[in-house]
Amino acid sequence: MNIGTRKILDRSFTAVGIGSIITMALALMVVVVPISWNGVGAVFFTGTVEHRKMLYAEFNRGDSQDLSSEVASSERYRSKVYELLSTFEAELETMAPDKKMEYTSKYSQVKIALQALLGPPPGDTAPMLTRFKYGQTRWEKAEERLHELLYESKWDNSNPEIMGKEYFVSRAVAFEGTSLAALFPYVKYNIEKMLLPEFTFYWGFITDSSVDSHFFGGIWPEIKGTFFLALGAMLFAFPLGVIAAVYFTEYAKPGFLNSTLRSANSTLAGVPSIVFGMFGLAFFINTLKVSESKSVIAGSLTLAIMILPTIIRAAEEAILSVPKTYREASLSLGSTKWNTIPTVILPAALPGILTGGVISLGRAAGETAPIIFTAAVSVGSAIGLADVFSSPTPALSWNIYNLASEHEAAAQIRHVQYGMVLALLTIVLLLNLSAIVLRARISKKLKG
Amino acid sequence: MTTDVTTTSESVSTKKATRDIYLPPERKKVTGGGNPHIVAKNFSIYYGDFEAVKKVSADIFSKYVTAIIGPSGCGKSTFLRAINRMNDLIPSCHTSGSLLFDGEDIYGKYTDEVLLRKKVGMVFQKPNPFPKSIFDNIAYGPRLHGMSDKKKLLEIVERSLRKAAIWDEVCDRLDKNALGLSGGQQQRLCVARTLAVEPEVLLLDEPTSALDPKATAKIEDLIQELRGSYTIMIVTHNMQQASRVSDSTMFFYEGVLVEHASTAQLFTNPKDPMTEDYITGRFS
Repeated sequence: MNIGTRKILDRSFTAVGIGSIITMALALMVVVVPISWNGVGAVFFTGTVEHRKMLYAEFNRGDSQDLSSEVASSERYRSKVYELLSTFEAELETMAPDKKMEYTSKYSQVKIALQALLGPPPGDTAPMLTRFKYGQTRWEKAEERLHELLYESKWDNSNPEIMGKEYFVSRAVAFEGTSLAALFPYVKYNIEKMLLPEFTFYWGFITDSSVDSHFFGGIWPEIKGTFFLALGAMLFAFPLGVIAAVYFTEYAKPGFLNSTLRSANSTLAGVPSIVFGMFGLAFFINTLKVSESKSVIAGSLTLAIMILPTIIRAAEEAILSVPKTYREASLSLGSTKWNTIPTVILPAALPGILTGGVISLGRAAGETAPIIFTAAVSVGSAIGLADVFSSPTPALSWNIYNLASEHEAAAQIRHVQYGMVLALLTIVLLLNLSAIVLRARISKKLKG
Repeated sequence: MTTDVTTTSESVSTKKATRDIYLPPERKKVTGGGNPHIVAKNFSIYYGDFEAVKKVSADIFSKYVTAIIGPSGCGKSTFLRAINRMNDLIPSCHTSGSLLFDGEDIYGKYTDEVLLRKKVGMVFQKPNPFPKSIFDNIAYGPRLHGMSDKKKLLEIVERSLRKAAIWDEVCDRLDKNALGLSGGQQQRLCVARTLAVEPEVLLLDEPTSALDPKATAKIEDLIQELRGSYTIMIVTHNMQQASRVSDSTMFFYEGVLVEHASTAQLFTNPKDPMTEDYITGRFS
């Protein structure tokens, strides 16, 4: 190959390499930036007076005097709305029966939309579910609700060839000529005075329990559960994995049994995580009965089994990469194999072992499938150390899935889901970052 | 010594001239030494079916320096490593014949190889300090054998480092990582580490092959310092080094001990023509 071709090949390879890295970085950005943006929205957002009411009532947080003056000022503007409503209700009674029927159904839609926006009207019995006790707590949601109040959504199905199209009809026009027509422009122009939006830093999103299955409140139980599950998994898997790796590298005699064990270990690393989940349910809960039902300990054990192969492989690699000369030096000083392993081999292999461990910790924190049947519940309180043997726990990974697919009001609380995703990403990133820092520090210490 | 080119044949004169640079220096007598410390009788070492060392019989005298020379792959390192059973690390390696240390068979059924290695220390080709502090490196052996008193450990560390002629260079940074030292310092540290367990025999497996001439000279001086206190065996590729540091020399060729004689005799008046060819540079 002549020098020209070689250079062209080198350069084109460099270009392809850089191109693929840029593509991957862009793809990552496409995923991470919206998640981060929306996730941050769970903590920093424009909150309404309803949010502050909710905080005071549910978490006893906020200044009661400020709140009552705010509520009083918003009530002044809201009272006009309820006046208009009662006027229209009286008017409804005087209408001809067919007209009355038409307006009654339309009016009930208006009342529902208004209740979603401002909360239950004064004098109503308090609703059972907390989510109906308050109006819109977030300003961007309030704007959506306002649109629902002002315009009726209808579907144009005239052309059967294509999908129906949504179009909007102004309710102000629909109520033209009645006393309610004045309500729509009034609400539209006074909505800010009724909801008092202001910039909110809701740090409680990290430290609060959820209220009414994540409708309000934070994700502390999920964060705590994730930590318990992941750390519990490490507690079982890390020592076992390192011991197994030491056995494989130092003690096992090459042979059929050894190679079978090794390939079994490799196969285990590739088993889908849902299989581990089923195994955990069948083995730890049904057979060993480590707990009555789902529990943190059962989930941790299942996760431990899942990450064990990775830890063993990483530790094996790390131990094998320890220079043979260290072993020779130690043995030549009259050390036994038994003594050499903890004093020379393991300290030198520590960076590699720890890296494998922390990567596995991140994986344990992020896995959903193994804990579905063994540990996770969608709503629950934050557990303490004493509960790990008996109590299941909410966890970030499972609750992200739950909010995305199974929650009945998923569309209304997307911000919570994004907040959880961001929290999980942050936890995993921090773990990996700490692994890098730890590794660098230990390596530096080893290299002198 | 000068040679008269006109009166002797050319080949003889070059041979003699080549030999003369190996003439060992005058040395003081060693007291209390000279007894056979390690005795090999028809000793063979095999890697699987391959016989790497063939029926070697030799006496290694205590407190003297014995050099082992020979071309690459002649079994000299294998023989050296057999003495403290480092070859045990190679699963296919086995031996026949007998190799006695202080009258006891090194490969005997009831020999404790850990105890043996404590008495027969070894320094390797490449400096291999542990990735620990200088203090911990030296204290590793004594700690292993049950010493935990900090004061006594410090004493041992200082004594060992002094014996290895490196104390002055490292005394103010005992807590620093040993890998920060230069190659020559690292090698002397390894010698000190071996001395700290108070061995009777010191095996040096090409201790200077990874070092520059200056560091090499220091190691050679060190060997002279230690001569008379320890039985020293040194494997070397460098024949001048062998002649400079050793009292007796063994010449290995293809696993066979060709000649074993006092260094002066082996280099100036070799009995075997093969030895003569090797030291005059006919092959290497």
